[in-house]
Amino acid sequence: MKQNADTVKVFSRRAFVIGGLQASLLAVLGGRLAYLQVSQGQRYKMMADKNRISIKMIAPSRGEIVDRFGVPLAVNNQNFRALIVTEQAKDVEKSLRELQKIIDLSDKQIEKTIKESKKRPKFTPIEVKDDLSWEDVARIEVNLPDLPGISTDVGERRTYPFGESTAHIVGYVGAVNEKEIDKDPVLSLPGFKIGKTGIEKSFDKELRGTAGASEAEVNVIGREVRELNRIESGQGKRITLTIDGELQRFAQDRLAEQRSVSAVVMDAHTGAVYALASYPAFNPNEFTSGLSVETWQELLADAAHPLTNKAISGQYPPASTFKMIVLMAGLKSGHINANTTVYCPGHYTFGTDRFHCWKKSGHGWVNYITALAYSCDTFFYELSTEIGIENIAAMAREMGLGERLGFDLPNESAGLVADPAWKFANRGQKWQPGETIVSSIGQGSMQATPLQLAVMTARLVNGGYAVKPWVSGYVGDVPHQKEDWPKLDLNASHLAMVKKGMDTVVNSNKGTAYGSRIQEPGMEMGGKTGTAQVKRITKADRVAGIKNEDLVWQHRHHALFVGYAPVDNPRYVVSVVVEHGGGGSAAAAPIARDLMLEVQKRDPANTSIFAGQTKGKPA
Amino acid sequence: MISSANSFHSEMTFFQKVQGLNWGLMVLIIATACVGFACLYSAAGGSMSPWASKQLMRFIVGFVGMLIIALIDIRWWYKLSWLFFFGGMALLIIVEVMGHVGMGAQRWINLGVIQLQPSEIMKIAVVMALARYFHSATIEDMRRLKFLIIPAIVIAAPVSLVLLQPDLGTSLMIIMAGTSMFFMAGASIWIFIAGAVIVCASVPIAWQFLHDYQKARVMTFLDPESDPLGAGYHIMQSKIALGSGGVEGKGFLQGTQSNLNFLPEKQTDFIFTLWAEEWGLWGGLGLLVLFWMIFLYGTWIALRARQNYSRFLVLGLIVNFSLYVFINIAMVMGLIPVVGAPLPLISYGGTSMLAALASFGLIMSASIHRDSKVTRV
Repeated sequence: MKQNADTVKVFSRRAFVIGGLQASLLAVLGGRLAYLQVSQGQRYKMMADKNRISIKMIAPSRGEIVDRFGVPLAVNNQNFRALIVTEQAKDVEKSLRELQKIIDLSDKQIEKTIKESKKRPKFTPIEVKDDLSWEDVARIEVNLPDLPGISTDVGERRTYPFGESTAHIVGYVGAVNEKEIDKDPVLSLPGFKIGKTGIEKSFDKELRGTAGASEAEVNVIGREVRELNRIESGQGKRITLTIDGELQRFAQDRLAEQRSVSAVVMDAHTGAVYALASYPAFNPNEFTSGLSVETWQELLADAAHPLTNKAISGQYPPASTFKMIVLMAGLKSGHINANTTVYCPGHYTFGTDRFHCWKKSGHGWVNYITALAYSCDTFFYELSTEIGIENIAAMAREMGLGERLGFDLPNESAGLVADPAWKFANRGQKWQPGETIVSSIGQGSMQATPLQLAVMTARLVNGGYAVKPWVSGYVGDVPHQKEDWPKLDLNASHLAMVKKGMDTVVNSNKGTAYGSRIQEPGMEMGGKTGTAQVKRITKADRVAGIKNEDLVWQHRHHALFVGYAPVDNPRYVVSVVVEHGGGGSAAAAPIARDLMLEVQKRDPANTSIFAGQTKGKPA
Repeated sequence: MISSANSFHSEMTFFQKVQGLNWGLMVLIIATACVGFACLYSAAGGSMSPWASKQLMRFIVGFVGMLIIALIDIRWWYKLSWLFFFGGMALLIIVEVMGHVGMGAQRWINLGVIQLQPSEIMKIAVVMALARYFHSATIEDMRRLKFLIIPAIVIAAPVSLVLLQPDLGTSLMIIMAGTSMFFMAGASIWIFIAGAVIVCASVPIAWQFLHDYQKARVMTFLDPESDPLGAGYHIMQSKIALGSGGVEGKGFLQGTQSNLNFLPEKQTDFIFTLWAEEWGLWGGLGLLVLFWMIFLYGTWIALRARQNYSRFLVLGLIVNFSLYVFINIAMVMGLIPVVGAPLPLISYGGTSMLAALASFGLIMSASIHRDSKVTRV
């Protein structure tokens, strides 16, 4: 028990030591508390009043898109917006209802914002309404204390001065959808827009720019007190197009005389596209300011596909514009020469099948020039069986048909050069000789886009260089054009013969496009008409004498024309496809003539491309 | 030492036991818990949900549990000491093997209803085991190093498992509580001096084994303003909240820092900050005094105890409780690095509340049954 007594004594003593330690530690804590709250109280009070540094991302300004002369095609206008931060609002709906009392805000917009607020992180601002007037902004600012979480800012609204005229080239921007979110943090900014079609899409990364940051002290109600540090956002790059804005507008207006049509005006030597028109179009400004569902439905339902850039996405049988390729293939393979003549009785008989020339009564004796000028089908029917589909297909590919040309706009179609290998691979069937005959006049399975037809024409008239089309001249200050196109393996005298034929088509009174010739001296055009059959003409139709005009619109022929000018020293090429427009000479050639006349008058090829802001005035 | 197991005290009636309950201590505990409820009500922006109501439920359940523990004879707890220790060890091993991963560390066993944190149980179990071991020790025993090997293992074994989790804060607390048990049981002062030297020498080596986030916490503590938006954010914001409370405080529900969410984890580890921001220096000192009274009450029970087991158990548990208080408050005031330690009875959280109330149950059991003779079995 004595030992235990010792233990108790030691324990009591040491318990006092522990108690003393506890008391002194508590005293230290109390002293520290007094130090923080009394001596440092004022300092911390100030820090609390304007507590917290807030870091905000600064949206970069989207790069402009300008035409070759520096005329703006896509710019940014100021746009006042109302925003809400869920975290600061606490009750989002209540704040929005308060806001509704002072500005015009629909229940739908409130619903949409609430929905959005549940999806997004609580601390990110969400756009409630944009396009506010100055009065709206002032009203919100005055009433801020009653609007927890609401704030205003100045954003940017993409505007397209040329409206519908450049809609298919420039495209438009829209809200970022989930699939498009990549690692770029700027995409999470409220109301940030991303390119959806056209140049806006294909050069989105360049146009977008880089986000900046603003470090600011924020007081307890979340209002910025002062900016501490700022990293400026990097403006997106300016994209300078090869397009001539005025020519483009002219083209788009000219096309509007038809229901559904597209056209390309291109430089024969460089491949620079001066105008790329597709009618009907849409108004991109409506897309950036919020498109109504009705308008959207209308655009989708329209059989003329206003949302599609038909100049690059539309695929049509090249029809008689394909005859130059057959002629080139025949010249190259030696099956045709300057003296080759064929008798056209109005049809061509192969085995038991009869293939009709478009002229029932026939053209009589034709050679390569008159065959093009009259667009005699029999001449090509007969020779194609000798030339062979392989030679024709190879020449078509050399001319840029059958594959994408790497154009700098999205949704370029590849077209189709049909040959036995293709048929076997895709249909598992053997190529029939009759198909070669049909292909020789660009019908059957052959398909080409208006852009490809323009490229084909360019390669025929520029001395045989494999030009490809492009539309972006400069990205920022860096030239983006491609030059020094490789020379194709073509005989110059053959090319000259084709050119002579195309000259005759337009400028001889026997030619199919004589009515659309250019009479201004030095600006004469050469070309070729085409009329693509959409619905097969049956024997019954032929007997009944049904005319194209009698058919419903969707069954009428496509009208095509490809051309170049001036005839002696080709600089510009054009292609026009009028969907269901009837005959090429009546519907397509007049449009092509007007475009060629206008482009030669404006002569964009003789002015160098505006090289961006650093070079100042347009050259 | 040798006495009959059936002394007449063991036949205390239930009524006598209830009479023996420490009403004063219960009042102190309830008062402290009420501070917690007020803070949680304020942290939720003046609402019982999500925290205050749940915490109140836990407190009621825990309080009943505390009374049950208190009414069970201290001899039972004496007998169960080793069982608790080995049970706690088993649970620690289980979390190590299959514990749920939370906060980057394996600390919990999910029982569906609550998430059991074996390291919390272990803090009590180590105190119980050491109290039992030292119960029959003489002063001479305590001077023999060989005698101290087993208690050293009792500390080292759970500490190494907790370190594996890894939970540096809890490991240090077990070491400190265990060391205090050595001290109160009469171990030579030289042992502590030698221990302190060894610890100082091994700090640079231990640093190598710290996780990056633990190193970051220490570094941030050393210079919190170097990185106000990064790791130092918690401490800076906590100090701003505390300091801006001033002498008078901002008033109940008026804590701008806390209510604007500038204050992190305001309902758990940083709850003292919220309290002192709203109630000022007076409120903060008042809470410290409240804690002090609890310490004193416990120490008084320990001094009045009639056997070593009760003495060591009660004082050990009080030391344990006070360590929580010191570490948590020192942390939020920027005196020590940020460690994940709740403020007992006040912070939102089930395990820490239950552990604290269970400790007080044992303390009260020792007090009620102070005349029960504990025998070695």
